[in-house]
Amino acid sequence: MDGKQDDIENIGDDHLDSEKKYKMIAENVSVFYDDVEAVKNVTMKFKERSVTSLIGPSGCGKTTFLRCLNRMHDMTKNARVQGRILLDGEDLYAKDKDPIYHRRKVGMVFQKPNPFPTMSIYDNVAAGLRLNGVKDRRILDEIVEDSLKMAYVWDEVKNNLKKPAIELSGGQQQRLCIARALAIQPEVLLMDEPASALDPIATQKIEETITELAREFTIIIVTHNMQQAVRVSDYTAFMYLGDLIEFNETKKIFTQPKNELTSKYVKGQFG
Amino acid sequence: MSRQIPFSKRRLPTDKIFKISAMVAGSYVLVIIVLIVFQLSSESYPIWQREGLAFLTGSDWNAVEGRESFGAAPYILGTLVTASLAMIIGVPLSIGIAMFISQAPKYLSGPLSILIELLAAVPSIIYGLWGIFVFRQVMLDWVEYPLYEVFGDNVWIFSSAPFGLDIFSASVILAIMIIPTISAVSREIMIAVPQQQKEAAYMLGATKWEMFRLAVFPYAKTGLIGAAILGLGRAVGETMAVTMLIGNATGPSAFPQSLFQPGQTMSSIIANEFIEASPASLHLPALVGVGLILLLVAICINVVAHILVSRMLKVREGAINA
Ligand SMILES: Nc1ncnc2c1ncn2[C@@H]1O[C@H](COP(=O)(O)OP(=O)(O)O)[C@@H](O)[C@H]1O
Ligand SMILES: [Mg+2]
Repeated sequence: MDGKQDDIENIGDDHLDSEKKYKMIAENVSVFYDDVEAVKNVTMKFKERSVTSLIGPSGCGKTTFLRCLNRMHDMTKNARVQGRILLDGEDLYAKDKDPIYHRRKVGMVFQKPNPFPTMSIYDNVAAGLRLNGVKDRRILDEIVEDSLKMAYVWDEVKNNLKKPAIELSGGQQQRLCIARALAIQPEVLLMDEPASALDPIATQKIEETITELAREFTIIIVTHNMQQAVRVSDYTAFMYLGDLIEFNETKKIFTQPKNELTSKYVKGQFG
Repeated sequence: MSRQIPFSKRRLPTDKIFKISAMVAGSYVLVIIVLIVFQLSSESYPIWQREGLAFLTGSDWNAVEGRESFGAAPYILGTLVTASLAMIIGVPLSIGIAMFISQAPKYLSGPLSILIELLAAVPSIIYGLWGIFVFRQVMLDWVEYPLYEVFGDNVWIFSSAPFGLDIFSASVILAIMIIPTISAVSREIMIAVPQQQKEAAYMLGATKWEMFRLAVFPYAKTGLIGAAILGLGRAVGETMAVTMLIGNATGPSAFPQSLFQPGQTMSSIIANEFIEASPASLHLPALVGVGLILLLVAICINVVAHILVSRMLKVREGAINA
């Protein structure tokens, strides 16, 4: 894939935000399901406090790649990850590292909203805090409120925090899941098509949320909606059949793609 | 272009035949149960007529003609005590086994599940024989005597001199026998918890145990209770091994007081005495009456268990996405 490596090297060096550091770096990452290579030798760097979109036709390995970034594949029995993933320079897959330590720093929002169904709204958000030993009611209250505010769902739920989480609408559930992920104060937030199951209004709210969150967090979002990538992200990566084809500033990917495939894809000619 | 497919007109009648035969098969089961309950009721009628509700509360068990007096309370209690003890021992073990198997790599979980299922295939009489010839002595030497010596004077449940053929041995054997049922169903239920739920917990930095606490147990609670109750159903009805191990006391002495005392359950008293019971006396109606109580208890337990298990499997469909 011509020019691929160049684009990656160029990112940020002489373009926007050049003063920002790299928060996360994926180096030569390959993922195998049994013997099938679903992600092929992908190298990408993610700037702190930026939003990066992963786009590409379905089945191209976006989810698979995203799940490497917080070691979610550890739980998939037939998956194997190769390569290095650095968070602030530390290798996530280092032998002496407990994956739990990193997962707390790398939050994740899944494609389908997955609140804990038996728990109240409050308990869902507090779950991660309690897990990490926070017991003080005042601190819990404070962080729960802050997280729900950050996820732009506070106004809709503040009067019934005791209500079971599954009684919320799909869009509210998804923002609740964002709040749950934010409550443990991650540094990176991974989102896998967070709006794909939602209606346009809920989608718009999620997008506003993402834009706000990018002031503090490094966000990596998978989306199949190209307008969404344009609206929310600073950088965009285009993947195809497990390869990273092109990675650049979002504007450039959509207005002057270097690769033929990228160009066809963003024009909607396949996918 | 499009081809005419010759749909057969026989489709509708076949559907109807299927429906009718399914209904016949379904009602057959119901009819059998109703018939059994009816049969047990009518055959035990004399004892209800004679003892009334005292049959449920009395403890005499006297088959001597002319002085007949029957009460099933010790056996009802014996069943409840052995089954509860079996649950106390068996449920946590089964849940642990199910947790382990659901997390283990394939090369372990496969063989292990098969082994556990084999436990369920061991005939009850084999457990009984093993119980009498091997297990009894082990229990006596390693569990019952030590407990008796340390606690015998102060704690009433350990107060009688151990014998090995007693309520405690029977309960432990029962626990072993219900483990396959409970652990197999629990494993199914744990696996049925959606992966997204488990990942939500891991995402928050949960360890495996915390993942179970956060994602699996709350989600699967009804199902796991149902699994346990299925095991309870088996424990309540189990006969052969219990009969061989429980020591077979009758009358007031069968009232469970100490774990180390011989006892009797509803099923074991029937197994022990039905051969010698004369149909002309009240002895046989009394045993049939015990059978009726046992059947009603077992039906209730199984109905509750199935409701809980199937409700759990329905939750799986609907709960996550509104
Ligand atoms: N658990 C799995 N086992 C085997 N193959 C998988 C598994 N998950 C995903 N795949 C395969 O890996 C490829 C990439 O999938 P995925 O990352 O989900 O794509 P995307 O998110 O871009 O739609 C697909 O071909 C998919 O079939
Ligand atoms: Mg995907």
